[in-house]
Amino acid sequence: MALIRQTSPHTRGAETTSRVMQLVMLAALPGLLVTTAMFGWGTFINLIWISLIAVGSEALVARLRKRPVAFYLRDYSALVTAVLLALALPPLAPWWLTLIGTAFAIIVAKHLYGGLGQNPFNPAMVGYVLLLISFPADMVNWLPAAGTPGYETLSFGQSLQAIFPFLGGNLDYDAITMATALDVVRENSSLTWSELQATNAALGGTFAGKGWEWVNIAYLAGGLFLLYRKVFTWHAPVGMLGALIVMSLVFKNGSGSDTHGTVLFHLLSGATMLGAFFIVTDPVSGATSNRGRLIFGAGVGILVYVIRAWGGYPDAVAFAVLLMNMAAPTIDYYTQPRTYGHKKPRKGLAKPEDR
Amino acid sequence: MEIVLYAVGALLLLALVCGAILGFASERFKVEGDPIVDQINALLPQTQCGQCGHPGCRPYAESIANGEAINRCPPGGQATINALADLLDVEAVPLDDEHGEEKPPMVAYIREDECIGCTKCIQACPVDAILGAAKQMHTVIVSECTGCDLCVEPCPVDCIDMVPLEVTTRNWKWDKPLAPDMIIATDRGGQTA
Amino acid sequence: MSRQIHAFPGGVHPPENKDQSSHNPIALPPLPAELTLPLNQHSGAPAKPVVSVGDKVLKGQLLAKANGFVSAPVHAPTSGTITAIEVCPVPHPSGLEEPCIILQSDGEDRWAELEPVTDYTAAAKDLLLQKIHDAGVVGLGGAGFPAAVKMASRTEDKIHTVVVNGAECEPYITADDRLMRERADKIVGGILILRHLLNPKEIIIGIEDNKPEAVDAMRAACKGKNIEVAVVPTRYPSGDAQRLIYLLTGKEVPNDARSVDIGILCYNVGTLAAVHDAIVEGKPLISRITTLTGEALKQPQNVEALIGTPADHLLEFSGLKKRKLHSLVLGGPMMGHTLERTDMPVLKTTNCLIAATWEEFPPAPTPQECIRCGLCSEACPVSLLPQQLYWHSKAENHDQLNHHNLFDCIECGACAYVCPSAIPLVQYYRASKGEIRQLQAKQQKAEYSKKRFEDRQARLEAEKAAREAKRKANAERAAQLKKEKAAAAANPAAAKPEDSAKADEVKAALARATARKATEGKAGRPQLSAKQKELKIQLSMVKAQLKKSERALADAKGSEETNAQLQTNIDKLKAQVATLEKEFEQAAQAPVAAAPEQPAKKAKPVLNEQQKKLKIESAMARAAVKKAQRALDEAGKSAANIDELKQTLQQAQTKADELEAAMKAAADAPAPEPAADKPVKKPKPALSDAQKKLKIEAAMARAAVKKAQRALDEAGDTPELKQALQQAQEKAAEVEAAMQAAAEAPEPAPAEEKPARKAKPVLSDAQKKLKIEAAMARAAVKKAQRALDEAGDDPELKQALQQAQAKAAELEAAMQAAAEAPAPEPEPTPAPAAEKPARKAKPVLSDEQKKLKIEAAMARAAVKKAQRALDDAGEDAANIDELKQTLQQAQAAADAAAEALDKASA
Repeated sequence: MALIRQTSPHTRGAETTSRVMQLVMLAALPGLLVTTAMFGWGTFINLIWISLIAVGSEALVARLRKRPVAFYLRDYSALVTAVLLALALPPLAPWWLTLIGTAFAIIVAKHLYGGLGQNPFNPAMVGYVLLLISFPADMVNWLPAAGTPGYETLSFGQSLQAIFPFLGGNLDYDAITMATALDVVRENSSLTWSELQATNAALGGTFAGKGWEWVNIAYLAGGLFLLYRKVFTWHAPVGMLGALIVMSLVFKNGSGSDTHGTVLFHLLSGATMLGAFFIVTDPVSGATSNRGRLIFGAGVGILVYVIRAWGGYPDAVAFAVLLMNMAAPTIDYYTQPRTYGHKKPRKGLAKPEDR
Repeated sequence: MEIVLYAVGALLLLALVCGAILGFASERFKVEGDPIVDQINALLPQTQCGQCGHPGCRPYAESIANGEAINRCPPGGQATINALADLLDVEAVPLDDEHGEEKPPMVAYIREDECIGCTKCIQACPVDAILGAAKQMHTVIVSECTGCDLCVEPCPVDCIDMVPLEVTTRNWKWDKPLAPDMIIATDRGGQTA
Repeated sequence: MSRQIHAFPGGVHPPENKDQSSHNPIALPPLPAELTLPLNQHSGAPAKPVVSVGDKVLKGQLLAKANGFVSAPVHAPTSGTITAIEVCPVPHPSGLEEPCIILQSDGEDRWAELEPVTDYTAAAKDLLLQKIHDAGVVGLGGAGFPAAVKMASRTEDKIHTVVVNGAECEPYITADDRLMRERADKIVGGILILRHLLNPKEIIIGIEDNKPEAVDAMRAACKGKNIEVAVVPTRYPSGDAQRLIYLLTGKEVPNDARSVDIGILCYNVGTLAAVHDAIVEGKPLISRITTLTGEALKQPQNVEALIGTPADHLLEFSGLKKRKLHSLVLGGPMMGHTLERTDMPVLKTTNCLIAATWEEFPPAPTPQECIRCGLCSEACPVSLLPQQLYWHSKAENHDQLNHHNLFDCIECGACAYVCPSAIPLVQYYRASKGEIRQLQAKQQKAEYSKKRFEDRQARLEAEKAAREAKRKANAERAAQLKKEKAAAAANPAAAKPEDSAKADEVKAALARATARKATEGKAGRPQLSAKQKELKIQLSMVKAQLKKSERALADAKGSEETNAQLQTNIDKLKAQVATLEKEFEQAAQAPVAAAPEQPAKKAKPVLNEQQKKLKIESAMARAAVKKAQRALDEAGKSAANIDELKQTLQQAQTKADELEAAMKAAADAPAPEPAADKPVKKPKPALSDAQKKLKIEAAMARAAVKKAQRALDEAGDTPELKQALQQAQEKAAEVEAAMQAAAEAPEPAPAEEKPARKAKPVLSDAQKKLKIEAAMARAAVKKAQRALDEAGDDPELKQALQQAQAKAAELEAAMQAAAEAPAPEPEPTPAPAAEKPARKAKPVLSDEQKKLKIEAAMARAAVKKAQRALDDAGEDAANIDELKQTLQQAQAAADAAAEALDKASA
């Protein structure tokens, strides 16, 4: 009687790649909800639209590559990319903008490099940066948070019309959008921190920008959930947040008119928490060992602050992540853990004496 | 006018300094050790089979050093080609079919009843792996045999076979699993688990 | 006292599944009918069988002894009969076969006599170690490393800590658990023996906290013995020896060393129980506790299984639900391997058999891409980066694999267990390890081959140089000699003093020669010397030819055909030389007898003429036969000119016919001739010469026939050639018959006067001939047998063989007769008066022997025929056994004949 032959181990843990991806999406839900609450339906509509594009692109590429479409879609990685992109893009980003960004992220940044697991760069961030460089004007169209004086939250219909202009309606973008708190702080050269906080509409009496602080806290909550579920280790987020804290402490530049903002402002403003828990933790394009992840996260944190404080863009998570993605293999070379029985960890490239 | 002279002077000085540095460096960091032929020879399988068209491994190593293609060694197979490509920093190309195809490790076997003791195979063996004397039965020392099959041709009674090296529980090894994309693309078609 | 536990990195918590089997006591399954005992159940060299098929053995008897230092013996687990020693499938992941001893149980289960050590504290440590080794105790935890070798690997007092492994971290397995619960005293007994042997400072038993009963049992057994029982948290793979050592001592074993190097030894609890049994009870390791579990069993439990018990026997015992059985895992679910069949034997290292259903161990899902999530590196107990290893393994980047410490991987399977993409990581690592090992072996072999090649080149160079030097030296010497000669010729006066010595020598030699001549002349044998001279010339010519041929043979390492031909030539020539020498001797002797009689002088020249004629004829025939032979050899390659060959052969045959006639004439002629002429002594030498000649002729004819036969074998089946061959054989027979006639012919003539002295050489010749023929017959029989091995059956063949057998039997009978015949010979001798009968008896005997000879020749022919038939026979090997038997009988008969001959000649 012939029995089946298979390799050990014969039992498996419950974790699957699809499950990991689903957890990530689940953890992004609070962030999405808060964003929707603060900035209207735009992000929500975008999420659905982008998801459709992402799944469509994935299926298209799988077909072109003659691979089973269902098998590729079932790992949910395209959907995760879609969620991250949707959360990162401005709520009223027009449909063609997101189409370009998402398709580019999936087709070029992911599948041209070999598909899931092979991409050196975070696809969502590649899509985001492409749009940021190509269409800078559309990418800063952030809405004021709910409750900002003089502005009204857009209804679902208005949001839909804003994203899909051919559905009618004519929104005056300039009338409904405004600069984000990060932008304000970067551009500011006349007011002190407390004056900014008191007077500026974006900051509006908050410590990290109206609405943004809640969005970030929601992401933080989602991130902690993932950490608890052991979807990733603490190293990369702690590295990034730690570096950001240190940088903002060191280079705060007082509370005068040339300040770069407080520590809390940097932690809870812009895409900090989204980056720390959903983007820096992307295992595919990040460093692989724990020590490497710590370094990788710290690099992102430093770069984020550098670009925010002295660079040409208000937020910097996407750029910082992409730059560190490039450095990841090098980090990997130098951060091998010390293997049991070895005195020192191995470093650098393979050497002939390793044999 | 003066400025031109300054420029020329500066460039000259720069050239001198750079030259001195380069000269020093070439002396200081001179690569010693194996000449390239030895390194290439060390990567070849040393079967001395001549399938590459050279009378032995070293001649082929010499001619690789002189620019011959690296894909003419069937006993070494792709592994040797890859190693050579790595050493010489050239592209690893597939094995040249003209010179034979890659086979599993072989060993010569003399059907001893048929051996007439002519010693021709002994003379043909490049590594002295055949034992015997005139009019006496010959036999192959398996551990010494490189599987070059140079002894097969000279045998007047065709009593030498090349047999694949037997797989035992001692030298057996696990096969590599099919890569995921291979399984998906080839085995399962569109139907996935 | 609570020991500090040092947690190792990584590890996983797979579902334990130990409850199914841990609650039932260790059961004893019924005796299996047949046991399969692989010779290699341990790490190291396979054991060497010391029993043979058919041997009756007792339980515990040694079946195979350790072969080398790292090896272990195998004992009989029960009493019974060895039915086979052959390769059988063994439980190995490859599914390959290995040599095994098959033991048929006789159901009595009778023990061999055991030799327990009553007081091991008084025994020499070497003896104890030897005893443990001889009991075949190996590590029962899994690796199967010979236990005594491990103990003896470091000198006394170098081991400060002994770690006893009772962790049993693999899910499902409860063998050690039950062992600790039920036989804690045995384990402790083993520990105490170990303490006596190694004298360590510390002995720690490590047990996972999911086995509280075992902990209690061990604690109770260890009470007051200064053995610590430490409880470690349940986490796979804490049962790995190095993990457990780290857990209990916080020490790491360096990657290039073993645990003994840091003074720590680790033993499985089962191993120690076996050590106890080996010393205190004298029992070798013939059984072990094995867990039988899995959802396809009605009653999961632990059993004490005899080594070699087929798995299905045990599964049956535990109520196997055959329908539900989907996979059978040997070992645990994390590191065990599947068995493709259920009849595999239990080994010394088999701690668990899991009969799993489909739901229990479902087939691995299709692996997804690695997303480098890092769960594997979190789980890795040796802090590797499995994701990177996977990457490099896929890319076959061996340098990077080494750089990432692939060979530190313990293949525990934790990474593959947690992998969300279900990648069979461990298999990748195993495959890459195997690949790297293979490449390293290849590299080593290449190095070695290079050295051998270079050595050979150097040797060839040296040989060439030596040859060249010799050639040069020869040339120089020749030149020197020439110069000297020239100088001597040109200036004889000057040369004289130099060559005076040489000249003296030459003179002396000449003087000697003349003196000899003179003495010969004085002795009155100038006429005889003429005949002698003739013979001498012949002899020297033949010798020269022989030398030439031999030299040619030495030089010609070329084609086999020339080789064989040359060899036959040489043999022939040697025979010729021998005969000629004998002839010469006889000729030298004959004159002594003839000297007083004058007529002899006259008669001889006449005879010589006859002989010469015969000689010339025979030489021509020989040449023709040789030619035919060579042609036949060539025909072996190209069978196109077979017709020509046939013609040549026929011509050779006609020549042989003529020769035969001439011989007959020669044989007949001398008889009447000397009768007419009065001298009686004359015919003797002539006759003997003729006989010898005939004999030589016959030998040559036979050789020719053989040659032709060989050529035929090569040329394939050509009926014409075969016919020719048969004719040639017939000719040979006829020649022999002629010989017989020739041998008989002289009988009447010399009967009266022939001196016994003369007759004897003839006799001895005949005997020799018989002997040679017998030997040849034996060789032919052997050859035929070999051919039989390859060839199939053929009714004709069988007949031929039977004929051969009959012939051989006849031959044997004849030989016996010949052997008996000499017996009456001495009878006449007591009567001293009857001088003649004694002399006469010998020629008569020689006749008998000649008859024997003929019979032997016929037998030989028959055997040859059989051989040919065998060569022609096809592939079907149905009745080969019968044929073989017949052949063996024939051979035996031939042997008997040879013996008889020996007796006859004695």
